[in-house]
Amino acid sequence: MQLALFIIFGALAVAGALNLLLQRHPINSALSLVVVMMSLAVLYWSLGAEFLAAAQVIVYSGAIMVLFVFVIMLLNAGKEEKTTGSRAAYIAGFPGAAAIFCLLTFVFLSEQKALGVANLGGHLNSGLNNIEELSRVLFTKLLLPFEVTSVLILVAILGAVVLARKEDQ
Amino acid sequence: MSHLSPFQIFLLLSIVKIAVVLVILLTTVAYTVLLERKVLGHIQNRWGPSRVGPFGLLQPLADGIKLFLKEDLMPLAAERPLFVIAPIIALTCALISIAVVPFGAVHRIHGVDIFAITDINIGLLVILGITSIGVYGIALSGWSSNNKFSLLGSLRATSQMVSYELALGLSLVGVVLRAQSLSLRTIVESQSAHGLLSWNFFGGYQFVAFFIYLMAAYAETNRAPFDLPEAESELVAGYHTEYSSMKFAMFFMAEYANMVIVSCVATLMFFGGASSPFGNLIPAFGGAVVQALLPVFWFVVKVFAFLLLYIWVRGTLPRFRYDQLMSFGWKFLLPLAMANIIITSLVLALHG
Repeated sequence: MQLALFIIFGALAVAGALNLLLQRHPINSALSLVVVMMSLAVLYWSLGAEFLAAAQVIVYSGAIMVLFVFVIMLLNAGKEEKTTGSRAAYIAGFPGAAAIFCLLTFVFLSEQKALGVANLGGHLNSGLNNIEELSRVLFTKLLLPFEVTSVLILVAILGAVVLARKEDQ
Repeated sequence: MSHLSPFQIFLLLSIVKIAVVLVILLTTVAYTVLLERKVLGHIQNRWGPSRVGPFGLLQPLADGIKLFLKEDLMPLAAERPLFVIAPIIALTCALISIAVVPFGAVHRIHGVDIFAITDINIGLLVILGITSIGVYGIALSGWSSNNKFSLLGSLRATSQMVSYELALGLSLVGVVLRAQSLSLRTIVESQSAHGLLSWNFFGGYQFVAFFIYLMAAYAETNRAPFDLPEAESELVAGYHTEYSSMKFAMFFMAEYANMVIVSCVATLMFFGGASSPFGNLIPAFGGAVVQALLPVFWFVVKVFAFLLLYIWVRGTLPRFRYDQLMSFGWKFLLPLAMANIIITSLVLALHG
């Protein structure tokens, strides 16, 4: 059951990502990205990370992608011109992508022992509540990085406000 | 049922539950429309629909037939696939949330809880997530119609929903802190000890959170006084201007289904869900069936009261201006919700 879910939504994520690249209208690409985010959320859930899944849906597909769609709607971006692509992309791109894929596969396979094996759906059956454990770690062990990250985000917001505000003259 | 395996029983009962709940929800939606027209009529000193059936009770049926038989117009300049998908997204997201709402006490038949479709440990987050996805239906409908009024309506709706989602989510944190769980069943159980006195609204001192939730929820469902996305005096009909026939009906049903869901969540979070307001004061009467159905009765009464409040507010309050709406959400509701979280957690930390 969980394996079937994993395969279905993994395939959906890949299909959405390909559609994102192939679609010529920006809004269709943005919506494909939403599909990818949602499938990723289901994958997280099937790995037992239900809080991460909910946060993925609420933050990424519910807020950030809405802003993307919003901006595309406001800019009224037209269809992209389809070009054959630069020669550099063909010469360097495909071998490069293949090389990275091979490298990652090699690392994952050779370091299998050190990385450990994810238990697909195993956590779903045990009914373990990982929000409690997550918050305990966040507010004890990782308190400083957690708070510093929030300050970092605050700085980013302030920077955006300063950049967006026009000088009154 | 002895020859069925537990999984088969679970599957069959789940399908039956989903079908029953869906039918009840859609009927509720249809009759909420009638209730609204009736009550608004009486508020404005007129009768409301009274011709079809006794007291106009068959009006929803007539409306449904009318909408079904109308011509389905497709604007020439519309983005076809998105124009069709948008109302489906809106309605689906409105209907899915009911899956995690428990509408009765725990009552198991063959190990399956029959008064809730499912009980998951992050039920509350699931509802918030589905609500946040529902924005796409409205945003896409306005854009794909290729009509400036639709686009303006959907832009207003999107910005309003994204802004008020924050206050909505934060207002519920106080309740989650008290219950120490995100499962809706556990949240209801945490309020069922002493009837009315242990509800989060009265005994839990979460009334500030409740009013924040109520206002944010009205904005989230695009209802008066926050109905700017479909302000008929400025935007024709807002994001669904170009829609007709069943596609329009889907938006209409989505709006009322969202109202029902929001009322359900308000009941669960602040008013003890399916628990009785009298606690254990009333001795158990009737048979086992009456005792099983009594919580469902209380739940329905509470949700019905919230729906009436929705209609009352719509009949009473004028519409906000756009800048007032934004500053109200960001400068008043959000800081208030944060203050509520800080005070609640302080009190919980000091008194345990």
